[in-house]
Amino acid sequence: MRSRGWFPRIALVLGLIFLYVPIVSMIVFSFNNSRLVTVWDAANSPTLKWYHILVHNGQILSAAWLSIRIALIAATGAVILGTLAGMALARFAAFRGRMLLAGMTTAPIVMPEVITGLSLLLLFVAMEQLIGWPHGVGAVTITLAHITFCMAYVTVVVQSRLTGFDESLEEAAMDLGARPVKVFFRITLPLILPAIASGWLLAFTLSWDDLVITQFVAGPGSSTLPMVIFSKVRFGVTPDINALATIMVLLVATGIAISTVWMRYREKRRERDAQLAAAANL
Amino acid sequence: MRLTQAAGRRLVAGIPTFWLLMLFLIPFLIVFRISFSEVRLAIPPYTPLLTWHHGSIWPALELHGSAYAFLFTDSLYVSSYLYSLKVAAISTLLCLLIGYPMAYAIARAAPSSRSMLLMLIVLPFWTSFLLRVYAWIGLLKNNGVINNVLMSLGVIDHPLVMLQTDFAVYVGIVYSYLPFMILPLYSNLEKHDPALLEAAADLGARPVSAFLRVTLPQSLPGIVAGSLLVFIPAVGEYVIPTLLGRTDQLMIGRVLSDEFFENRDWPVASAVAILILLLLVIPIMLFQRMQRRELEAGR
Amino acid sequence: MSAGAQVNSPQMAATDPDQAYVRIAGVTKKFGDFVAVDNVSLDIRRGEIFCLLGGSGSGKTTLLRMLAGFETPTAGTILIDGADMSTTPPYERPVNMMFQSYALFPHMTVEKNVAFGLEQEGVSSADAKRQVAEILDIVKMTGFGARKPHQLSGGQRQRVALARALVKRPKLLLLDEPLAALDKKLREHTQFELLSIQQRLGVTFIVVTHDQEEAMTLGTRLGVMNQGRIVQVGSPSDIYESPANRFVADFIGSVNMFEGQVHRGGSDGVRIDCAELRGTVHADRTVACAEGATVWTAIRPEKITISRHSPVAGAPAENMVRGTVREIAYMGDMSIYLVQIESGKMVRVTLPNIMRGGERPIAREEGVWLSWHGSSPVVLTE
Repeated sequence: MRSRGWFPRIALVLGLIFLYVPIVSMIVFSFNNSRLVTVWDAANSPTLKWYHILVHNGQILSAAWLSIRIALIAATGAVILGTLAGMALARFAAFRGRMLLAGMTTAPIVMPEVITGLSLLLLFVAMEQLIGWPHGVGAVTITLAHITFCMAYVTVVVQSRLTGFDESLEEAAMDLGARPVKVFFRITLPLILPAIASGWLLAFTLSWDDLVITQFVAGPGSSTLPMVIFSKVRFGVTPDINALATIMVLLVATGIAISTVWMRYREKRRERDAQLAAAANL
Repeated sequence: MRLTQAAGRRLVAGIPTFWLLMLFLIPFLIVFRISFSEVRLAIPPYTPLLTWHHGSIWPALELHGSAYAFLFTDSLYVSSYLYSLKVAAISTLLCLLIGYPMAYAIARAAPSSRSMLLMLIVLPFWTSFLLRVYAWIGLLKNNGVINNVLMSLGVIDHPLVMLQTDFAVYVGIVYSYLPFMILPLYSNLEKHDPALLEAAADLGARPVSAFLRVTLPQSLPGIVAGSLLVFIPAVGEYVIPTLLGRTDQLMIGRVLSDEFFENRDWPVASAVAILILLLLVIPIMLFQRMQRRELEAGR
Repeated sequence: MSAGAQVNSPQMAATDPDQAYVRIAGVTKKFGDFVAVDNVSLDIRRGEIFCLLGGSGSGKTTLLRMLAGFETPTAGTILIDGADMSTTPPYERPVNMMFQSYALFPHMTVEKNVAFGLEQEGVSSADAKRQVAEILDIVKMTGFGARKPHQLSGGQRQRVALARALVKRPKLLLLDEPLAALDKKLREHTQFELLSIQQRLGVTFIVVTHDQEEAMTLGTRLGVMNQGRIVQVGSPSDIYESPANRFVADFIGSVNMFEGQVHRGGSDGVRIDCAELRGTVHADRTVACAEGATVWTAIRPEKITISRHSPVAGAPAENMVRGTVREIAYMGDMSIYLVQIESGKMVRVTLPNIMRGGERPIAREEGVWLSWHGSSPVVLTE
């Protein structure tokens, strides 16, 4: 666009400011000495007081540990199921139940969380009545619920990656004598690995972050980190949560920065290769 | 050989289908079924669907419409529904108005900076949703950052009441869901051929009319997809109105949760869920159709 | 394994060069209600290059995919070297395929790509290394083994795909539009290279293509497909000079077609009254059809002579028509003349530009005579 596009550009800058102001303010106030959180205590700040309090808060630490464990298992389970579903949807021609599977994998993405949470809890209650399992709600039911809503996202990521690459790659492998299972492990899996990795990360983040569904299917003694945070912030601002937020933002930012550098590097290498190939044509 | 291959395929498609049947579809049927029960003091706290009367082989079907009837007698529920729809609609519109120019600017930015800009949009999404909503409490409350800044600048004498208002809910929803509006819009706008705008200009269209008659109609699928991604979850939103919103007017997601946890009225909570689904069934199906088309475009 | 080793096999039938090596018998493939391949029967001989030629949707690719094993025939059987392949999965067939997209595995080097098939057979790594080096030498890609596919040009990728498909020395190599992704110059060069590799290795090739020029240069025989059926099988010159029907005549090269009625089937051939020509076409061959039946005569543009004066003195005779030149397209090696004859129909005539400069060429809007020899017209009954 020519210089006439000033309006979208200003909107973009303002929008980005809007997106980052709350995060920046949390980071800034995590170093504030005052209990009042939003009133800057210039005399005694910056301070690491709240970080100190945070790392000695056993409730938050044990909740975080539970959340990590649930997220690890849920993300892995979601990746396995989501990859299978993505494969089936992208690679199998019309099969019975295709519409059903396609519908059930996209619906959880937009489904209001209160409904998903309620329905899953009612399922677990009904199951316990019928077959005596699960014994009440807790970490197990949270994990099952998380796998279910995370796999939808993995399915979409894997499916779109699979439709993006040529099906004849798998046919070629089969043509060269590889059986379907071998084709999957030698050809399909290496090719969709980036999608699976980002699907896993997405699933981990969603599970780590989920509050509403978790609240329905959690029991006493199985409070995840978002549940603890929610119960604390529901009745006002607490400064140690600012510190927690800062740590989480830093972790994510570091991860993203590393992956950006890595992607830049790969892009550079790709460009060089393309030049090499072009030179070969001469 | 064919047989084992067919069996393998059935397994690949069958496992996730079975999982989702068990943990997605059947749960909805249970919700549906419980919505036709009556509350009772027992475990579980609702009447069974089928009862065996003495001396009869066939169970009697017990369908109660009382949960639904209750929803329409108490104005709390109707007004919550309407309020949720209003909040979701206004937030979606705001997201579109803010997100469209942003997506447009990214799509028209130099290709080298596009991925960086997109990353900036998505980055907040990777940090905790709950914490980002919480951050707004610190900004919006009476002695919060915004009021402090405005008062120290002398713009206002008294703090503005922003927390626990509709305004705060709009801010929270727009803030949380903006990436979901921008991403589909961007992926649509990015595909537009710049030659189309050049052709329009060549044929005498001014930039604004070229935008209205060429770009906007073409981006309609992106607009619809983004709006659905914001609107549908916003209707049932629970965290944002609970942390930032009014206490005198609840959104329907909160009503459902309270019915269930506070009143322990499972049939009414289920009926509320079924009615939310009824409201959303058309948008959800629309979204699914678009999603399917998008995913299968490459085939 | 070479062609020579096969001759020594106990199967006597296999030693007969005319015996069908691949036999497709009554094969039909339906996708739902759509009939992609319709009752096709075809014999392909050992060592030949058979080209399946047809437009998009003609069923040629589906037929090829059934040979490879990616599709199962709805009806009919496929025999390769005497063995029924109808239900054999692709990974157990003695057949390899070169894909239109080449389908090189992007995450493997050229060497790994080529060795993939050998590895599936359990060939020892030393053996595999030797065979890979050998085949890369044949396709002139020695030294590229460590590259990844995205580091290769289009032509190089094509060679690697060929090497990968040939390294297992399949009985039959299937090539799906092998040259479609190359630019024109490279395409011609590669055509001849494919021919020489095929002759050197003696592998039977089945090539699917929509490009008639490619089919003509590559194929020892062609099968023309239309709407799921094989409409004609024959050598390139058979197909061009004696098309079996109007579809083939029209599909291969360009042709002038005139509808007419059989006027008299005499000993010196057949005469056809053509209203569009306001005259008679005489073809010096016999046609099996009744007097008065409607037929079509097809005359290739290069077989028509164009002249300013009537080639025969006096009244218009057979095999000639008057017209006016409406358009001339200079193509370098030849010129195309579009001549409107008296009935209003346009006739296409091509003349090679033999002389540089030459005599004053016929100009636009000039009145001309078109004539042809009695051996030129082809009479088509369908």
